[in-house]
Amino acid sequence: MTELPNSTERKMGLVIDLDTCVGCHACVISCKGWNTENYGAPLSDQDPYGADPSGTFLNRVHSFEVQPQACGSEPAPAAQLIHFPKSCLHCEDAPCVTVCPTGASYKRVEDGIVLVNESDCIGCGLCAWSCPYGARELDLAAGVMKKCTLCVDRIYNENLEEVDRVPTCVRTCPAGARHFGDLGDPDSDVSKLVAEREGMDLMPEMGTKPVNKYLPPRPKDQMEDQIDILAPLLAPVTEEAGGFLGWLDKALDKLPGQTSGGSN
Amino acid sequence: MHPAPSVILFTTLSGLGFGLLFFLGLGMPDVTGMVSFVFFAIAYALAVGGLLASTFHLGHPERAMKAFSQWKTSWLSREGCCAVGALLVMGLYAIGTVFLDTQWTLFGVIGAVLSLATVFTTSMIYAQLKTIPRWNMPLTPAMFISFSLAGGALLAGQETMATALLIIAGLVQLAYWSLGDKAFAESGTTIGTATGLGDRGAVRAFEPPHTGSNYLLREFVHVVGRKHSQKLRMIGFGLGFALPVLLLLVPFEGLMLKHMMAAVAVLSHLVGIACSRWLFFAEAEHVVGLYYGKR
Repeated sequence: MTELPNSTERKMGLVIDLDTCVGCHACVISCKGWNTENYGAPLSDQDPYGADPSGTFLNRVHSFEVQPQACGSEPAPAAQLIHFPKSCLHCEDAPCVTVCPTGASYKRVEDGIVLVNESDCIGCGLCAWSCPYGARELDLAAGVMKKCTLCVDRIYNENLEEVDRVPTCVRTCPAGARHFGDLGDPDSDVSKLVAEREGMDLMPEMGTKPVNKYLPPRPKDQMEDQIDILAPLLAPVTEEAGGFLGWLDKALDKLPGQTSGGSN
Repeated sequence: MHPAPSVILFTTLSGLGFGLLFFLGLGMPDVTGMVSFVFFAIAYALAVGGLLASTFHLGHPERAMKAFSQWKTSWLSREGCCAVGALLVMGLYAIGTVFLDTQWTLFGVIGAVLSLATVFTTSMIYAQLKTIPRWNMPLTPAMFISFSLAGGALLAGQETMATALLIIAGLVQLAYWSLGDKAFAESGTTIGTATGLGDRGAVRAFEPPHTGSNYLLREFVHVVGRKHSQKLRMIGFGLGFALPVLLLLVPFEGLMLKHMMAAVAVLSHLVGIACSRWLFFAEAEHVVGLYYGKR
């Protein structure tokens, strides 16, 4: 059971656009909601209204600051804030599957989704240890390992409208930052998007071959020409202080002793 | 990594127990009857006690039997199979020496090999994890096996061998600490590769996904106590290896005193190994901490 399939018929997965994500956490909430009410044990919370609340989530949004290096054309580049949703990447070479002692963790041959059979899970936690991405969390109430199912109970669910047959995080995202499809098919929309935007793997050095891809943020726009017609009117009229303050500034400069701060 | 007392207790005690079983299986010491019974009782108490302790950290210990099924891929499953195999075969051997005054050498040798294999499979559970660079080294199995053999020889009363094995284990421990301290940096995994944003500039964790803690932080980001790691290394090395070797080398007069000192050496070694094992977990840093700007 915990032997990985040599290949899967399809490679269903997510493409997450770091350029578009606004960090609203809507995907986090919809994921928690759907996966608490549907497939498997609910995602429990511990001390939810108390002093030290925590709980099980299958999808979390981090925020990172990237400070580009100063260079000739950009002597003082502005730091960029990047919101970063993270969930199971449904790796082709998933270490979480092979370490499982009971066969509870498995990768499906038909679509490549990595799942946990909760009735076989002993809650040893070794799969979470083996995952570099922090995609698996042991539910403290149920004592079993929880992870993203790629909403396996939505994507093939004929009781839902066709538009809803995507993972709930994708359906919810108000920014269109999440895409779902077959990454094994080079002609699929998601594969084309990854090719066009140079989608990347997280921690490729771990050798996990993630199916989910991340689209890097696009470079910030640079305004070449002045387009603000009011700007010239708002330009400072003088660089030097005049009047009484100007006199005071010069007079103080002439006094012996050190001047702190400023250039004069 | 969170140093769970159940896992520290398990790896320390069962390592020692299977080490003793290894020597008993090879007929060292060459004893039968009541003396043999006492040796086997100690070995089984340590090995089985350790295995039981390890089930305390499971979410569903009642399903533990399922863990014997995936030996083809899982080191944890292999460990379970080897442990049960070793205990069964050594049980047969023990029946021979304790009750029938005979040594079934074949069972002894197979049991000894399985005992050592158990320790090796335990070590591979940790050594296989690329996510924890400090563990992902060949020195991890070397450490577990050398500790188990040294402790086993000490408990089996093999003075000369114990002295040599303790010195080897001590050297492996020093090498493990020395290389382990560099392992994370040498793994090449940084917040830059974790986010894929590293070639755009310096990446910093700006805001975590939530204000509270979570399973990942509790399990993988253990910083409490790391500040004492240098002191604990000295204590662990001193008690685990230096003091037992000293006690073995000093010639004591009289059988009673000699036995007393042997007991002190064993206890000292046990405490030292537990200390080293605590550090093994507490100092290990999981790469997932990078996403939280923590180690």
